[in-house]
Amino acid sequence: MKWLRENLFANPLSGLVTLLLLFLLWKAVPPFIDWALLDAVWHPDTKACRAGEGACWGFIAEKHRFILFGTYPYEEHWRPAAASAILIGLWVCSGIRIFWKWWLALVWPAGLALIGTLMWGGILGLPFVENERWGGLILTLLLTTFGLAFAFPLAILLALARRSSMPVIQGLAVGYIELMRGVPLISLLFMASVMLPLFLPQGVTIDKLARAQIAMILFAAAYLAEVVRGGLQAIPKEQYEMADSLGLGYWQKTLWVVLPQALRIAVPPLVNTFIGFFKDTSLVLIIGLFDLLSTIKVSLQDPRWSGFGVEAYLFAALMYFAFCHAMSRYSRRFERRLDSA
Amino acid sequence: MKRLMLLLAVLSAAPALAQSTLEAVRSKGFVQCGVNTGLAGFSQPDSKGVWRGIDVDVCRAVAAAVFGDSAKVRYTPLTAQQRFTALQSGEVDILSRNTTWTITRDTGLGLNFVGVNYYDGQGFMVPRKLNVKSAKQLGGATICVQPGTTTELNLADYFRANNMKFKPVVIEKLEEVLNAYFAGRCDVFTTDVSGLVSVRGSRAPKPDDHVILPEVISKEPLGPAVRHGDDRWFDVVKWSLFAMLEAEEMKLSSKNIDQASSSKDPAVQRFIGASGDVGKMLGLDNRWAFNIVKQVGNYAESFDANLKPLGFERGLNRLWTQGGIMYAPPIR
Repeated sequence: MKWLRENLFANPLSGLVTLLLLFLLWKAVPPFIDWALLDAVWHPDTKACRAGEGACWGFIAEKHRFILFGTYPYEEHWRPAAASAILIGLWVCSGIRIFWKWWLALVWPAGLALIGTLMWGGILGLPFVENERWGGLILTLLLTTFGLAFAFPLAILLALARRSSMPVIQGLAVGYIELMRGVPLISLLFMASVMLPLFLPQGVTIDKLARAQIAMILFAAAYLAEVVRGGLQAIPKEQYEMADSLGLGYWQKTLWVVLPQALRIAVPPLVNTFIGFFKDTSLVLIIGLFDLLSTIKVSLQDPRWSGFGVEAYLFAALMYFAFCHAMSRYSRRFERRLDSA
Repeated sequence: MKRLMLLLAVLSAAPALAQSTLEAVRSKGFVQCGVNTGLAGFSQPDSKGVWRGIDVDVCRAVAAAVFGDSAKVRYTPLTAQQRFTALQSGEVDILSRNTTWTITRDTGLGLNFVGVNYYDGQGFMVPRKLNVKSAKQLGGATICVQPGTTTELNLADYFRANNMKFKPVVIEKLEEVLNAYFAGRCDVFTTDVSGLVSVRGSRAPKPDDHVILPEVISKEPLGPAVRHGDDRWFDVVKWSLFAMLEAEEMKLSSKNIDQASSSKDPAVQRFIGASGDVGKMLGLDNRWAFNIVKQVGNYAESFDANLKPLGFERGLNRLWTQGGIMYAPPIR
């Protein structure tokens, strides 16, 4: 009671706000529970769904395979499922400290090779599946993973170049970053998917997925570069001078003194950009790649199941939230570690 | 910008192909087919991720004609913006993506439309209780329409030509424009008839409460297209489509085509490749048409499997012998 009085009814205004919020909750929560749980239709039966008042989770039951795996051959769905699990596993392991050993650097390429083998197949009795048929969750995860894996080193180089004392290098870096940041990701994706093929000689085509991936890497690198530069600028000048006075060369200074500190400072904005990038991958739907969000949209086009958009997008929101929340939780733990270290 | 893109498109399409599309398709072992990312009845992945629809069936027919195996197709889902570039740049061999055949596209974009696999057109849907029998009675009506499409322009043109006024309710998203119509915010909903039919079948609380008026105010012939400059491939795709129509006219279907070999009818004999060398003239196996009908079916089968369940009627898309305008030149 005491806690209640102190925290919720400390003065008339706060009491009023508490009552108002309680009223709103009472108005909103029970109908939502009715809709989402009690009246919901759980089995894939459109008639029952359209007749019923509640949510139609039958939609998800019917379409979950397509949503998660896209147009990947139905009998082979275990392959993208396993690949997704491996990829998530790699991310989780990289986040746990006891795995921070030198062999982690070998596990990643091995894991990615395994994922590639699983997804493409063509050997070990696995039928070949061209990457046009990849879709759903694994596509979102792969776009994010490769996007960040390539964009991050590029971003560090760009940030260093931008702080370089050599005017040409600095100018190039500034020009690149400003150009990439000055256009929306959508326009880059359009360039990659609509304009680029026109400039290539007849008969030469670059895979659609690869084009989208490259566009995303170039875009992410520009943003990450600015984040890294923020970290670099936060390093006091004395650090540079001390490194100089120890007689370290440029690369030694950068690798052993400056970057470790700069990246540590930049962790929160980096994770922020990572999360943003993860969600940006959903933009590939405008160039006809079936990522997690596109498969949901395409499922809604099925006339038997159209009109269950709320359920579909709630499902999408849950999936995206799960991944983004995991990333932000990890970053918080990571920061605490660094603070105590 | 648009003009520049067009120019680029034409320039890039101009150089003659070193290798013909048919040879290229043969050597890579599959037909690369550009389809819609998701349009029910035309091209859409089902719950198992398998592409289905009448546009998809055209791709399968070409694969059956070239390889004798309708499964040798790879699909590239394309958005409306990407579709023409994908064809021009050689990313796809066929564009089978509910694309309206117009003179601008046929000439300026460097495409060749091979024919029409669905005659569509803009129509009106009204609630039955309004007791409207003809679009001519719609003067003063409130009409729900999506912006930025030819639909909106056609609507304005039609009402101006008939000296009628209307109040447009312009809503961008299909979902929302439908909600507006079914909630009674407007008296009429207009889009292509194919769209009206599938909306009525799937979204109307009671489909029978809505009628589609007989007037069709625009021509939207939808058909597959190939690149300019490769007539052999153009022929192959064109006649694959015609073979499906011709099969329906000859009453040959995937069910009875096996018995056709015992037929004495010379037209059937030619069609299934038992006599003559029609297939060879196309550069294909002589059983090309047999394979199409056996594996994909005739046009009626494709229509009945994909469009009929959505509530589509044949209408204009009946054969010419049955009151429609679907007509294939003779195969001889």
